[in-house]
Amino acid sequence: MARQGLFGSSLVKKYWMALTGLFLITFLVVHAAVNAMIFWNDGGVTFNTVAHFFGSNILIRTMEIVLFIGLIAHIVDGLMLWAQNRAARPVKYAMEKGSANRSWYSEWMGLLGTLLLLFLIMHLWHFWVPSRITGLEEIAGMPGHHNLYIEMVEVFASPVPVVLYVLGCISLFWHLLHGFQSAFQSVGINHKRYTPIIKMTGAVFSLVISALFASMPVSMYFGWIK
Amino acid sequence: MKLNLKIWRQSGPNDKGAMKDYPVKDVSEDMSFLEMLDVLNDDIVRKGEDPIAFDHDCREGICGSCSLFINGEAHGPGKGITTCQLHMRRFKDGDTIHVEPWRAQAFPVIKDLATNRSAFDRIQAAGGFVSINTSGNLVDGNAVPIPKDDADKAFDAATCIGCGACVATCPNGSAMLFTAAKVSQLSLLPQGKPESKRRALAMVEQMDKEGFGNCSNTGACEIECPKNISLEHIARLNREYLAATVTKE
Repeated sequence: MARQGLFGSSLVKKYWMALTGLFLITFLVVHAAVNAMIFWNDGGVTFNTVAHFFGSNILIRTMEIVLFIGLIAHIVDGLMLWAQNRAARPVKYAMEKGSANRSWYSEWMGLLGTLLLLFLIMHLWHFWVPSRITGLEEIAGMPGHHNLYIEMVEVFASPVPVVLYVLGCISLFWHLLHGFQSAFQSVGINHKRYTPIIKMTGAVFSLVISALFASMPVSMYFGWIK
Repeated sequence: MKLNLKIWRQSGPNDKGAMKDYPVKDVSEDMSFLEMLDVLNDDIVRKGEDPIAFDHDCREGICGSCSLFINGEAHGPGKGITTCQLHMRRFKDGDTIHVEPWRAQAFPVIKDLATNRSAFDRIQAAGGFVSINTSGNLVDGNAVPIPKDDADKAFDAATCIGCGACVATCPNGSAMLFTAAKVSQLSLLPQGKPESKRRALAMVEQMDKEGFGNCSNTGACEIECPKNISLEHIARLNREYLAATVTKE
C-alpha cells in the first residue's frame, strides 16, 4: 500500500493527529473558561454576556469553522490510523497480556474518541443547534442576545443528560491523559528534562479540565447555581 | 516440574493453524525456555510426529533469532531478556503456558512458531548504511571528535538485535522502535550525518510499504524490548522525518 500525500506516510498522519489534537485542546480551554462564568451565581448574567461576546465575535466565528475542520481532520485521520493498525495484525493473539507493558487508555484511544464523538453529537444537539439554527429564547429587552443560561438550566434539569455529560467528561479525561503527552512525542519532543514536565502537565490538565466540565451539569442539576 | 503447554501449530504459510495442548513433565527449573522446547521436540520426534518449528541460534541473547509470544508477552515474562535467556524457574509447577508466534501482517508465519522477519532486512537495506568510501583512505577513528553522550546513545540504539519483539508486542503491529533504533545509531554520529534526511525518509517509506502499523505512543515496545531501547529514539526519528519532509525539494 503506497502511502503518500498530505495524509501520506505513517509519520505524517501522526503529525496531523498531534497538531489537530493540540489545537482541539486550546479550544477546550476557551470553552471551559467561558462556561465557568456560570459560577458567578448571578443567574447567568455574566455567562450570557461573555457567551454573546464570543458568539458575535468575527474572529471567534471564523475560528469556529477552523475548529470544525480540525475536528473532522482529527476524526478522519484517526479512523485511517485505526484501520491500518487493525490490518497490521490480521491474526490476533490467543493470549495477550497488554497490562504488562501499556496502559489500557493508550491502547483504546480510538474507542474513547468514538465515545467523545457520540457525546459531542448530543452536546451540539443540546446547545449548538438551537443557538445557531433552530433559535433560542432571547433575553428580555436585549434583542439578538440568546439566553444560553436558561438552555443549560433546562437541559440539566433531568438526570439522564447529567449522567451522560459526566460519562463524556470521564472519556475526555482518559483520552487527554494519553493524548496530551503523546502529541509531543509524535512531533519529536522527548527530552530527559522536559518530558516528565510535559507528562505531569498533561495529567493535571486532563484532570482539571474534565472535572471542571463535569462540575457544570452536576451543580446545575443539584441547584447549586442560582 | 509439570507444565501444560498450549502451542501454536501451523503446517505452513497457507494452513489456518490452531493452538495444541502439550503436557510436559520433569522440566528442570534450570532449563532455558528453548531447552525445554528441545526436550519436548525429542519426545515428539520419538513418537514419529512432526517437531515444533521455532527460530533460535546463538542462545546467549545476542543474535535476535529467537522470538515467541509466551503467556501474552514477547520473550515471555521478565525485562531485558530474549526467550533463550528466559529460564523455567520463572514458572510454577502446574502452570499453563501459551506459546504463539509473533503476530503481524509483515511477519508471515513460515511454520508453527517460526516467522519470516525479512521485512526488517528490507527496511535496513532501504537506508540503514553510511556511504563513506572505506577502501584505501582510512581515517584514524579518533580524528573525528564525538561527544561521549552521543556515542553512548548511538551504542544503545545499536544494541538492537532486530528480533521483532517491538512489532509483536505493539497493539498496532508498528515497527517504529526497530526503525528508529537503526536510524538513531547512524544519525547520532558524524559518519552518518550526510545521509540522515534521505535515510529517515527511505526507511520510513519501506516500513510503511511492508504493512506495519502506525505508532500510537503506547510505549509497550520499550518495555518488552530485550535490549531496553528507549522511546527517545522514536522521538528522534519523528524529528528527523519531520525536518526531512518539510525541507525536501
